[in-house]
Amino acid sequence: MSSTKYTEYDAYAAEEAAEGKVFDVGGQDWDQVVAGAEDLGDERLVINMGPQHPSTHGVLRLILTLDGETVNEARVGIGYLHTGIEKNMEFRTWTQGTTFCTRMDYLAPIFNETAYCLSVEKLLGVTEQVPERAQIIRVMMMELNRISSHLVAIATFGLELGATTVMLNGFIEREYTLDLFEEITGLRMNMAYVRPGGVAQDLPSGATSKIRDYLDRMPKRLQALRKLMDDNPVFKARTKDVAYLDLTGCMALGVTGPVLRSTGLPWDLRKSQPYCGYEDYDFDVPTQDTCDVYGRYLVRMDEMEESLKIVEQCLDRLQAAKGPVMIEDKKIGWPAQLAIGADGMGNSPRHIAHIMGTSMEALIHHFKLVTEGFRVPAGQAYAPIESPRGELGAHVVSDGGTRPYRVHFREPSFVNLQATPAMSEGGMVADIIAAVASIDPVMGGVDR
Amino acid sequence: MSSQNPEQQAEQGADKLPAQTGEERREQPVARKGMFGARTTGDTSGYGGLVVRQSPKVSAQRPYGGPGGAAEAGEFDEIADELERAVPDFGDAIERVVVDRGELTFFVKREHLATVAKTMRDEPSLRFELCSGVSGVHYPDDEGAELHSVVHLLSITHNRRVRLEATCPDADPHVPSLVPVYPTSDWHERETYDFFGIVYDGHPALTRIEMPDDWVGHPQRKDYPLGGIPVEYRGAEIPPPDERRSYV
Repeated sequence: MSSTKYTEYDAYAAEEAAEGKVFDVGGQDWDQVVAGAEDLGDERLVINMGPQHPSTHGVLRLILTLDGETVNEARVGIGYLHTGIEKNMEFRTWTQGTTFCTRMDYLAPIFNETAYCLSVEKLLGVTEQVPERAQIIRVMMMELNRISSHLVAIATFGLELGATTVMLNGFIEREYTLDLFEEITGLRMNMAYVRPGGVAQDLPSGATSKIRDYLDRMPKRLQALRKLMDDNPVFKARTKDVAYLDLTGCMALGVTGPVLRSTGLPWDLRKSQPYCGYEDYDFDVPTQDTCDVYGRYLVRMDEMEESLKIVEQCLDRLQAAKGPVMIEDKKIGWPAQLAIGADGMGNSPRHIAHIMGTSMEALIHHFKLVTEGFRVPAGQAYAPIESPRGELGAHVVSDGGTRPYRVHFREPSFVNLQATPAMSEGGMVADIIAAVASIDPVMGGVDR
Repeated sequence: MSSQNPEQQAEQGADKLPAQTGEERREQPVARKGMFGARTTGDTSGYGGLVVRQSPKVSAQRPYGGPGGAAEAGEFDEIADELERAVPDFGDAIERVVVDRGELTFFVKREHLATVAKTMRDEPSLRFELCSGVSGVHYPDDEGAELHSVVHLLSITHNRRVRLEATCPDADPHVPSLVPVYPTSDWHERETYDFFGIVYDGHPALTRIEMPDDWVGHPQRKDYPLGGIPVEYRGAEIPPPDERRSYV
């Protein structure tokens, strides 16, 4: 690649606008701009919104052509948060991959890890051998994560429509969820907790009672949020019949998740194509048939209540399902009986004593497993899961080596964001904020 | 692979890799990079350098079975039957069918991709109404078919999934666009173009989507190194990792 010549390009060079007159609103008198625009007699106005705009969920850029207050054309520009996670994963072992992909959609890290690990397990052909306890913990963590992600969705939603109370309440509740994550994994976000073959460590003592407290508290708090929003006339005026996208539109644009369920189709991969043992849990798939922003809000609220039901069932199952949380196969599974030490890192004291004290072979094996990693038979697999935003799938290709040959994520934020023009063109400029908020895109996931 | 030593046999049995006879293994092209050939991982033994760079082109035989296994004819056979009935030149359009790890893949000749996809969507017995996205894979050693464009389709009506794979050579990286059939592939195809340089003919606006518009090269290709550009930090220029001083 060293021979490649990179052509010089000066992005800031003075360029003539393709058509019309360009006004640069960089610090001069606003009246002059308005007067200048009036002289032109042109009603059409092209506005660049973002990428640094508080209501764009990170670094989303919207290029809007306005006629007065009406949006004639909306174009979406992405790529400002591209970090090359998929490329980086090709240069690390299969286990290290979780550390990268957990950072994609940073509001739903457990889902990223699980989608990737399910694909790797499918490639290894060990899906059936993952211990039951590990699967239950995965389900529980995913549902807690769904709640925390939806809480941010609703909190930022409120903020973008001008209600700071909703924002503060949502983030407080999310913080309690993140406390649980910290208790269980050691980290609030980007945990790399789900690993190929199981999870990194078992629940620490005391975690169960903390989750029970959380389950006691949460229904009341969700009810309080509902009281604040459900019948709020201002909220309803901003969201009802806004950003309409029906089932046909969703199918054509590949939209999944709460946006699809707000059209009345109960499509949820947890029910229709179960994974991690979801077929054994008792829960409903909430739907609305309004196809609008308000319907998507209601679907998210209902989903949080269903998630609480699943977490409760997980706790009951965990009491019965004792045993390992990592696959028995020593060629794949990292030692998982970890305890968080004073430095916050996980170690398994028994395992350390074994490899350092009594068995040279075990030490070599451990060293090779950690530095070089295990091999995955050549082939490709696609494992989809239902993330808070829709179908999250990992297309993983192996060439038989110790590193992934190619990992591609089908990110629901990326796909659903394509629906922005369909939702907002022809509407008011204020409604585009509600439309983007109801998609709930996370730019880390969109750009990867 | 097989050993007379019972202890070694037990170890190999536990190795979980699919058993391969010696002859099969010899036929596979292997990239040997020497004992300590791996450049980017902590490959301490060197065995990581003995990677089968090109998996053999397998082709499944009937019955294809279903996601649960291929013991008897299942939903994969139904999909193949229906597609065979609906696409007039099925034998010409489908290069091979692969059933692996409970997933069905049709390798479609690129000139027939749009027809096959449209049939997949419109035929009531197939009805794959949702496209789960397009992904690219670069196999530099797969001569004449270096670039693969992989499409995942989902049928909500029948609750099934299928994968379409079309290939094109590096010298002529053109694949027909699926945007007219599945509008959702718009951004996916832009992404695959951006990262692999596959040109989707018929796409309404095939521009870069993740990388800057003036970027040179397609970063996810295997001949593009990780972090392949120099970075300037506080006046000093740090070369990309592959051009730094190395002790290997």
